[in-house]
Amino acid sequence: MALSSQHGCLSMNPRLLENQCKVDAIMPFGNTHNQLKMNYTAEQEYPDLSKHNNHMAKVLTPEMYANLRDKQTPSGFTLDDVIQTGVDNPGHPFIMTVGCVAGDEETYEVFKDLLDPVIEDRHGGYKPTDKHKTDLNPDNLQGGDDLDPNYVLSSRVRTGRSIRGFCLPPHCSRGERRGIEGLSVEALGALDGDLKGKYYALKDMTEEEQQQLIDDHFLFDKPVSPLLLASGMARDWPDARGIWHNDNKTFLVWVNEEDHLRVISMQKGGNMKEVFNRFCTGLTKIEELFKEKGHEFMWNEHLGYVLTCPSNLGTGLRGGVHVKLPNVSKHEKFGEILKRLRLQKRGTGGVDTAAVGGVFDISNADRLGFSEVELVQMVVDGVKLLVDMEKCLEAGQSIDDLMPEQK
Amino acid sequence: MASMFTRVLSGRNTAVIMAGLGAGTLVSSYIMTQESGVTAGEKIKLYPPSADYPDLRKHNNCMASALTPAIYGQLRDKLTPNNWSLDQCIQTGVDNPGHPFIKTVGMVAGDEESYEVFAEIFNPVIKDRHNGYDPTTMKHPTDLDSSKITSGMFDENYVLSSRVRTGRSIRGLSLPPACTRAERREVERVTVQALSGLKDDLAGKYYSLTEMTEQEQQQLIDDHFLFDKPVSPLLTCAGMARDWPDARGIWHNNEKTFLIWINEEDHTRVISMEKGGNMKRVFERFCRGLKEVERLIQERGWEFMWNEHLGYILTCPSNLGTGLRAGVHVRLPLLSKDSRFNKILDNLRLQKRGTGGVDTAAVGDTFDISNLDRLGKSEVELVQCVVDGVNYLIDCEKKLEKGQDITIPSPVAQFRK
Repeated sequence: MALSSQHGCLSMNPRLLENQCKVDAIMPFGNTHNQLKMNYTAEQEYPDLSKHNNHMAKVLTPEMYANLRDKQTPSGFTLDDVIQTGVDNPGHPFIMTVGCVAGDEETYEVFKDLLDPVIEDRHGGYKPTDKHKTDLNPDNLQGGDDLDPNYVLSSRVRTGRSIRGFCLPPHCSRGERRGIEGLSVEALGALDGDLKGKYYALKDMTEEEQQQLIDDHFLFDKPVSPLLLASGMARDWPDARGIWHNDNKTFLVWVNEEDHLRVISMQKGGNMKEVFNRFCTGLTKIEELFKEKGHEFMWNEHLGYVLTCPSNLGTGLRGGVHVKLPNVSKHEKFGEILKRLRLQKRGTGGVDTAAVGGVFDISNADRLGFSEVELVQMVVDGVKLLVDMEKCLEAGQSIDDLMPEQK
Repeated sequence: MASMFTRVLSGRNTAVIMAGLGAGTLVSSYIMTQESGVTAGEKIKLYPPSADYPDLRKHNNCMASALTPAIYGQLRDKLTPNNWSLDQCIQTGVDNPGHPFIKTVGMVAGDEESYEVFAEIFNPVIKDRHNGYDPTTMKHPTDLDSSKITSGMFDENYVLSSRVRTGRSIRGLSLPPACTRAERREVERVTVQALSGLKDDLAGKYYSLTEMTEQEQQQLIDDHFLFDKPVSPLLTCAGMARDWPDARGIWHNNEKTFLIWINEEDHTRVISMEKGGNMKRVFERFCRGLKEVERLIQERGWEFMWNEHLGYILTCPSNLGTGLRAGVHVRLPLLSKDSRFNKILDNLRLQKRGTGGVDTAAVGDTFDISNLDRLGKSEVELVQCVVDGVNYLIDCEKKLEKGQDITIPSPVAQFRK
């Protein structure tokens, strides 16, 4: 056993201090005891995952743990940092959570032995050698401007972006987080035209501003989900967190919540084309503004845009609508239809809520392996079909002829 | 570009340049030339302590009162031998601004050495929390000789139960905010092994949180012994709930009067209790049990964290010294309604809580009354203080019953002179 009973105080033993690799600096969260852990065997440190059901727990064998545990990214993020949220949150028997996060861009490289199979499992068989297409040209989207507003109540597209060179929310220091906020506010401040807007720092906003943001459904709160808290991304709340939105309230950016930036384009009604147009224009402009200042977004041709949670890699894009489908949703084949269309349903309160009054949040199920245009196209085509089906069922007609093929 | 930046960093005017330019600008020219990630060491240099200093303007805890930018600047880049940092000590206090009326501590230790390496912040916090106790000049007395207690049997018409608790940490293993899974399992192994050596009225059994059966769990709940995963953000933000419920458990003797919690907020929490008013016997068992456990771990080459300035070392600075809370559940229907009740408690150095524990309200007329102090007085002194104080309170209650008047006692002395 690693700890001899002869000397009570391990850290005071000069022999052991020599053997510990000297660490001259650490980030505030992470790498706390990576050298100390090496005094124990991998078996002694391996987490108890016997009651766990998440992607990490499925993949992380004792052998893999042993191989990866002495590694760290240049900024000091370790395997245990990656998996802490998955160890602390065994998951749900029916819902498969991811169970790991990245602390910086290099996490996905240094811990690829763990993250590649997790990514493959989560993203429909995406291989380590696959390449991801990025397409933010809104002209490539066909149609999408004529979803029936009698059924489609609102349209929305969101994604995330990370600023290269900075640690991600689970790992960043306060100084870095403030740096991210500063750069973002500067870039967003240069937007003009219909994208011109204003930043509201969480810690500085007035009561009136706060109420307005709540009424607009823009305000985000300190995370309460243990999935997020256990990863360390809520540290120092609300320091350097804030919300930016344009004057028209159709383009919204969250700063330093679960990712460096979350970018949202939305409006009432069914004109997804306009929403996607603004989304692409806004994102492209923001990226240019960052580049002017010598920064870029984390991106590579294998993983696309790099974000904190492996589930958001690739496009990080969720494009969706709030749509009335009281009849279709009761059809026995509803689930099958959505599956074939590569769509997913949620309640209108967002993830993990139930639908109210037959109104559903319908969005793309995929994130990685398809481009932005392809995903939004799937939403546009799929929702169009669902609305047609709804009209059929309203008229008492069968929808058997309308059943789609698997996309 | 990288070489120009390196020259800038090593130049005499570095401090001026760093102060003049925003951190973002420096980062930008540096990042563009990096092919692989920026190391932690480089990041520390890119961001001076002033960039990382927490925003404590809305905070009201001991750490926030004491942590000046100067102290932060001196300590930010220091590490304990186990690589535990200042930011990790203070994270809970940054994340939990506190309450306008209750002053929380706002920081924790990750290991025994934290109190030494970060003494510049721990010492003022300790002083603030423990009535001016100065670890640099004062010594803390340890006294577990229960035979010294006098009048330790309360009138059971008033006192319903008596209890003494403390904590102990195993030297050489990191504390709950910082420990690795293997260390935590080692704490469990060492402690359970020692406890299995207890005999006679102290003989008992261990229930690991990961392995207990449904029946065992229900029994422990019925006995009010079971502890749950912490939900208080004060604790979770400090990192002590990681890997729950791995290596956590409860041990108690067959008579259910001696109970140990393993790997909750501290390595061990030790509790002696029984129904009724025999505080002397509760404390006698407490001391005997503690000494026996200490002897058993020493047989195997382990010892408790202790030093002559801070006494027993625990995770939270509020529990240094004795870590001892001795208390009773006592009925005081008349006294509790008297306007002088709080002043009497203050002067007796006692604290009232509801019978649900800290932060609960009293139900009916029954209060949890215990010692306020932890550090600077010995275990015997604190228990005697509770004994004398509770006897005084009962005496007041009896006087009020008879329609006689009561007096506020003079204040009890703070530290041993």
